[in-house]
Amino acid sequence: MATTETPPTAATDLDAELAGLDALETGPSRSRLRVRTAWAATWPKLVAIALALLIWQVVVWSGWRPEYVLPGPAKVFSKLTSDFGALVEGSLTTLQRAVVGFALALVIGVVLGALVSRSKVLRAGLGSMITGLQTMPSIAWFPLAIVLFKLSEGAIYFVVVIGAAPSIANGLIGGVDHIPPVLLRAGRVLGARGFASLRHVILPAALPAFVNGLKQGWAFAWRSLLAGELLVLIAGNRTLGGLLDANRQVFDTAGLISVMIVILVIGIVVDSVLFGTLDKVIRRRYGLIDTAR
Amino acid sequence: MTTTAPEVVRPDPAADPSAAWSSPSIRLSHVSKVFGHGPQAVHALDRVSLTVGTGEFVCLLGASGCGKSTLLNLIAGLDAPSLGTLEVTSRPTLMFQEAALFPWLTVRGNVDLALKLRKVHKRERTAKVDELLDLVHLRDFARKRPHELSGGMRQRVALARALSQDTDILLMDEPFGALDAMTRDILHDELELLWSTTAKTVVFVTHNVREAVRLGDRVVLLSSRPGRVAAEWEIGIPRPRRMDSAVVAEQAATITDRLRAEVRRHGDH
Repeated sequence: MATTETPPTAATDLDAELAGLDALETGPSRSRLRVRTAWAATWPKLVAIALALLIWQVVVWSGWRPEYVLPGPAKVFSKLTSDFGALVEGSLTTLQRAVVGFALALVIGVVLGALVSRSKVLRAGLGSMITGLQTMPSIAWFPLAIVLFKLSEGAIYFVVVIGAAPSIANGLIGGVDHIPPVLLRAGRVLGARGFASLRHVILPAALPAFVNGLKQGWAFAWRSLLAGELLVLIAGNRTLGGLLDANRQVFDTAGLISVMIVILVIGIVVDSVLFGTLDKVIRRRYGLIDTAR
Repeated sequence: MTTTAPEVVRPDPAADPSAAWSSPSIRLSHVSKVFGHGPQAVHALDRVSLTVGTGEFVCLLGASGCGKSTLLNLIAGLDAPSLGTLEVTSRPTLMFQEAALFPWLTVRGNVDLALKLRKVHKRERTAKVDELLDLVHLRDFARKRPHELSGGMRQRVALARALSQDTDILLMDEPFGALDAMTRDILHDELELLWSTTAKTVVFVTHNVREAVRLGDRVVLLSSRPGRVAAEWEIGIPRPRRMDSAVVAEQAATITDRLRAEVRRHGDH
């Protein structure tokens, strides 16, 4: 080879130059106080809750409806504490159903999504149908579900799965569709084929969109589940849906609202704390969050 | 479009005595590539014959539409030629204009995965990754993720990943095209140093004439639509070279004139 040996001084210069460029281009690492960031995210939420409670109390004070029809926050919160045991029991049963239903939807959604994203024929046949399924209100499935599964948990799971699985499948399909082609090419150059390509390139690349699909699927599952618990009452089962119905029947509005608050809080906690955190962690890791802000 | 992979043949070193390099690493004879059918067919490459010697640094130069990237894809085995034969001595690795690093993996993880896909045992991988990251001077950044690095650093990780492929042939598709001039200059030095120490065969595609003269043992000019080999220059300028030196500029000017003549030819019809 017609190359002269690079003298050692040039190599040392190169080292120094590279190190200098790297230092200039990466800049000092920014570390913000975690407590302050957490507080900045929390206080607007606290203010919003306080404001909502205030508006509620003002409406009650205005005498728009008699207090036994629309009780104030104080009465509802005392109900929350006095009914605590029943609410916890109901929440546990309902949450257990949510977990089982969501897990079923996850398995079915992932299998469906993986098949559709890999096969042109399946995509042509099922692609638009999956999206179409999402627009169908889950409550419209219940009459059929009750005929098929009687008044059982099976009927509820049927509707939960049919509500959530399309979102999960679509999340996976969308994620696979939007993988930058250059990453797939890089994978091929590195020799990733078949299962190795799926495991090391396609699935990780589709993950952010897939988590979004999970989040949306959870919202559908939770809604379908509560609708199901109102329609499919199984004797001896204490559930959140059952508690709602029981309170309505005895005209206990404070009890009714306290159950609604529990349903809302569980929904928010799972959505933002569980899926929201998961989404944020993944986005940060993938560099999808603008860190300059 | 044919779907068969190009035939990989280990040629007899003595088979082509006319080649300037005793043992060719890449040999294309009358390679054509056509995309599409009938009147819409695009002739990306037309009977391209090119021999690259082992350890040679060849720069491919040409205006838009000369099929530079198509040619690299063929050599890399990502696509198959429509006609002609193509021989390579080992499975080449390819670097793109974008670093194409996997964003969910750290710098270390990206290089490690490349080794894992080659079925290198876990025990050997750690040391091998360290060695490769030392080679591109990025050991200190092993735990960073691609989005935390500058464009030049990402390309160096991509280079380390490409070198992990244990191949003799490195294909580079405008790898420094998106970098600022300062970073590119330094990476030229680094690439030249790596090439001279590892004895890889390099095919480097660029649209920058000075870059081609700065790096190449030989510069090959491709004509556009269809892509053909229009001219070749042996670059005898001693290394290490500088992009802004007078000899490089002078050689680049000759090549630029020829490149412009090629471009003018397309304005005539």
